[in-house]
Amino acid sequence: MMEPGLYHVLFISTALFFIGVFGFLTRRNLITMLMSIELVLNSVNINFIAFNKYVWPNQLDGLFFSIFVIAIAAAEAAVAIAIIINLYRSHQSIDVENAEDLKF
Amino acid sequence: MNEFLQIQLLGIFSLGMNLGWALVMIPLLPLLGFLLLGLFGKKFLKQSAGIFATLLLAASAFLSLHTAYGYFFKYGKSEGIYQKIVPIQFTWLQFSPGVSIDLGILLDPISVMMLVVVTFISLMVHVYSLAYMKGEERFPTYYSFLGLFTFSMLGLVMSSNIFQLYIFWELVGVSSFLLIGYYYDRPSAVAACKKAFIITRFADLGFLIGILILSFYGGTLDFNTLIEKLTSTDSTEFKTIVSASFMGISALTWALVLVFIGGAGKSALFPLHVWLPDAMEGPTPVSALIHAATMVVAGVFLVARLFPVFSMSEVALMVVSIIGIISALFAALIACTQTDIKRVLAYSTMSQIGFMMFSLGVSGQGGESGLGFTAAMFHLFTHALFKALLFLGAGSVIHFIHSNEMKDMGGLRKHLPITHITFLIACLAISGVPPFAGFFSKEEILLAAYHHNATIYWIALATSGLTSFYMFRLYFSIFWNKEHIAHGEAHGEGGFVMMLPLIVLSVGAAAAGFIPFGEYVSADGKALESVFHLQFSIAPVALGLAGIFTAMWMYKKQNNRPDTIAHSMNSFYKLAYHKFYVDELYLFVTKKILFNLIGKPAAWFDKNVVNGLVNGTGNFTLFISEKAKGFQSGKVQQYAIYFLAGMIGLAVLFIYIWK
Amino acid sequence: MSGSTIIFYLLSILTLVSGILSVTTRQIFRAAIFLLFSLIGIAGLYFWMQYEFIAAVQIVVYVGGITVLIIFSIFLTQQAGELLPQQNKKRVLLALLAAFCGFALTLLQIIQHSFNKTSETPILPTMENIGNQMLGIEENGFSLPFEVVSILLLAAMIGCIVIALRSKPTTV
Repeated sequence: MMEPGLYHVLFISTALFFIGVFGFLTRRNLITMLMSIELVLNSVNINFIAFNKYVWPNQLDGLFFSIFVIAIAAAEAAVAIAIIINLYRSHQSIDVENAEDLKF
Repeated sequence: MNEFLQIQLLGIFSLGMNLGWALVMIPLLPLLGFLLLGLFGKKFLKQSAGIFATLLLAASAFLSLHTAYGYFFKYGKSEGIYQKIVPIQFTWLQFSPGVSIDLGILLDPISVMMLVVVTFISLMVHVYSLAYMKGEERFPTYYSFLGLFTFSMLGLVMSSNIFQLYIFWELVGVSSFLLIGYYYDRPSAVAACKKAFIITRFADLGFLIGILILSFYGGTLDFNTLIEKLTSTDSTEFKTIVSASFMGISALTWALVLVFIGGAGKSALFPLHVWLPDAMEGPTPVSALIHAATMVVAGVFLVARLFPVFSMSEVALMVVSIIGIISALFAALIACTQTDIKRVLAYSTMSQIGFMMFSLGVSGQGGESGLGFTAAMFHLFTHALFKALLFLGAGSVIHFIHSNEMKDMGGLRKHLPITHITFLIACLAISGVPPFAGFFSKEEILLAAYHHNATIYWIALATSGLTSFYMFRLYFSIFWNKEHIAHGEAHGEGGFVMMLPLIVLSVGAAAAGFIPFGEYVSADGKALESVFHLQFSIAPVALGLAGIFTAMWMYKKQNNRPDTIAHSMNSFYKLAYHKFYVDELYLFVTKKILFNLIGKPAAWFDKNVVNGLVNGTGNFTLFISEKAKGFQSGKVQQYAIYFLAGMIGLAVLFIYIWK
Repeated sequence: MSGSTIIFYLLSILTLVSGILSVTTRQIFRAAIFLLFSLIGIAGLYFWMQYEFIAAVQIVVYVGGITVLIIFSIFLTQQAGELLPQQNKKRVLLALLAAFCGFALTLLQIIQHSFNKTSETPILPTMENIGNQMLGIEENGFSLPFEVVSILLLAAMIGCIVIALRSKPTTV
């Protein structure tokens, strides 16, 4: 095996991204969809850190971006869960198939 | 010049109005009547609307008489020639430094004469209508339309440039349309007004093109400048318009013939006459005003106005005289067979206008040869008087009988004594029996024709014989013939208000011939010595009397002579009775040829191609949206898949295809 | 093969396998636990890259915060032992295809591209540097975004409360 570097990390982040995407597309439960989104966000964070370390170590921008992403992800998760719980109250279900009412 | 006029007028008018003010008021008073009655008539004025309009028109008539007096006797003449005076002129639409449309007033003998004729006849009709139209529901509307018509007609005759004339020309057409269709609940009236409008419009197209050609070559729209430029043989404008030719005929001739087509449409000359008999659907006073005395002579007026230019083109004058003589004879033949009294009068009008036209056609510019011009104007003047009288008399008869058909009438001389006398005077006048007005004017026309063209003279002579025949056929059928069992005796003759215009007009019809017309109106403005040849008058008068006696023999007593004669000339009688099938020819041309060859393919094109395109667009959108609706499922994951697919697609596109 | 390499591969296997399991298992609680492991693996990767601060944040916020939040909401909305509903096969296949295509495309691009490390002097991601730059107002300072994110978090917090507030029937 070769010495792990930027390409290996990028491979992991890409794989994780599309695992998240796959989950988002196939899961029917809103909470599991939310989990998939967390995976996607994390893969992006990995990217930021990896580029910061391997390409532009002279700055800390990537690090800051991932901090902001984490902050926003936390806010997003909180809001999403609030919505999910509200939905559960009104529909007695958090299946995404039952949440079609929004289209009206 | 203008200052001179004002000083002159100040002397006459202690009120201190100047010429322009008085002149402008002449058309504006009827316009005011139109506006006030049209806006407020129904609510506030009701039956008093008529009196209001009549007073306005009386003021207008007074002003125009005053203008005529001033023009003919005070300031119009300069060095023995009546001048063309433009007291008011302002630029209305300035398109570019060189091109503008002006509004102005042009005074010359014919426009002043027309002012008097129009306001006078209009006033008579206004007065007459007070009684005739009494109790009509749309009485104020009727008077407002009359006001509009009078305004437009006055504007027409006073126009100082050809485009202004065209505007008023169209306004006259509109008001004629409105008045013919006054009884809009009658389908026949609606059809008639549409017919009149469409045919005159069609003719006006020619007029407009003619105007454009004339003004293009003449470089101006102004009458005086235009005439000046196009009549002097060494001006550049004249040279270009004569040398420019289309299909072997010079542009001047084309322009004049096109202008003449417009005039022929308005004046109901053959073959554009078909609207005039139908226009009799309008109220009878309207027929008297518009379709006898004023509007229909607009064509004659137009040719007279441009006469100096017409006289430069032999061909155009030829066309004018040929169309004129054909119309005269043709209409006279038809008039002999019709039974609707208003239609007889309509055809008679057409015939008389034919007289005026060919008289213009045989005239020359100035001097002795200008007799035809003077004669035409003179005949226009006298014809307006006696034809309005005839129509108003017919209106009186119709008012009494409640029918237009000759067979319902007869023996009315006892019931309608005043109408009878005035009608007789008018008939004698139109037949050319001395000393009534028609004798003098017709005599001059025949004289002009005699000097110019023998064929036209003979046809005109025959036509004048026919004229007296059909007029007296009408007269005897109405007032003599069978003894009528009257059913309208209850309301009598219609009272003083209706009789007054008849009496005034009959005085005019009897005496107008003694006006030395040639002194005032002539082609070049110089006084024309009217020569009177006794021996020349023998033939027309004899022929006229023959016509009268024939009519008397056939119609004075009820008998079967008319039927026998009609029978003996069976096919010809039928031909004339059906107006030579001109209407049918028009229908054939429009329905069979225009509709089938042009209308139907156009309709097909419209239905299938134009509509098809429009519908196709709609259907296509519907189809697409029907399909696109499926995408809007509300399922988040489906959206995500589309989004992802789209992103991948775009990525591929940008990375690999559009590098 | 150095120890560092071994640790990297172990961490990547942990991250990816638990990630895959997290999106495929039919028991929602297990999915949450696998997500937890995946996030821990990512935190490990940050440690491996010597970005200790971000790794700590990852553990505190994700592992300690979001995952717990998710588990709570699972408790609130889910019956115990209930299996997640099956997604239809066609959709799964389509998603697999889309994900794979995207993955292949992205990877291809990454491999074809050569990243060149900058030659400038590196800044070490020490707490001191991070702190100075995060709250700095000079050229490379991040104090404005920091404030914006603070407001965002506050807004989100209020939003959560408003949304999740049990509305009283009388007021509606």
